[in-house]
Amino acid sequence: MLDNANDGSNSKSMSIIATKGTLDWAYPPFILATTGAAMDMEVTMFFTFYGLGLLKKDLNLKMSTLGNPAMEMPMMGMHMAMPNIIGGFPGVDKGVTVMMKNLMAKKGVASIEDLREAAVETDVRLIACQMTLDLFEIKDTDLIDGVEIGGAATALEVAGKADINYFM
Amino acid sequence: MADQTLDAKGLNCPLPIIKAKKALKGMSPGETLAIESTDPGSVADFAAFCRQTGNELTSSEQSGDIYNFEIKKS
Repeated sequence: MLDNANDGSNSKSMSIIATKGTLDWAYPPFILATTGAAMDMEVTMFFTFYGLGLLKKDLNLKMSTLGNPAMEMPMMGMHMAMPNIIGGFPGVDKGVTVMMKNLMAKKGVASIEDLREAAVETDVRLIACQMTLDLFEIKDTDLIDGVEIGGAATALEVAGKADINYFM
Repeated sequence: MADQTLDAKGLNCPLPIIKAKKALKGMSPGETLAIESTDPGSVADFAAFCRQTGNELTSSEQSGDIYNFEIKKS
């Protein structure tokens, strides 16, 4: 396997802090991480708070229309928005999650499972926040293999050396 | 003729790039990879990918709904 860091003089590094664990918000960090790795960047992802759930072995990501008034789903040639008052009804989140997953499959968008696997395969460094593990009582054995455990200092050390830093 | 071909039709960002990188990894310098894509965003993205990685984008053409690229591995 090629060593990304020694690939060329234009190699860059990127660090991403992932703080959100819903299906929709799982995409930006994993898309940028996998693309960065494909572009020979040295990529580190730090998972904290709800973002930590993205490292669980068993991913069952959900999303909600609540607090998401900008969300519009294409439907029968139009776009459907969901008023927050309806988004609170039982079953609406589940329905929207299914709709989104179907839409993504239809449009050829990768699943988060696939993107995460690509990240692991391309040696993206994955760091789980120790404090979040303690706070939400998540065991490191619940997480996928190859995950490091670290804290804010670990994240900042990486960020300080990175060319690109994202907080998501 | 390219040394290898990649069918990325129907795939959306960032899959064409990730699959192209995977294919290039298994190739030798100087070999060429031909890619077929239906993602309009891949036109700008393969150009950026090649500028960043140093591989050479030897061809980028559209025919109908298909975008054809050829990359020469550096």
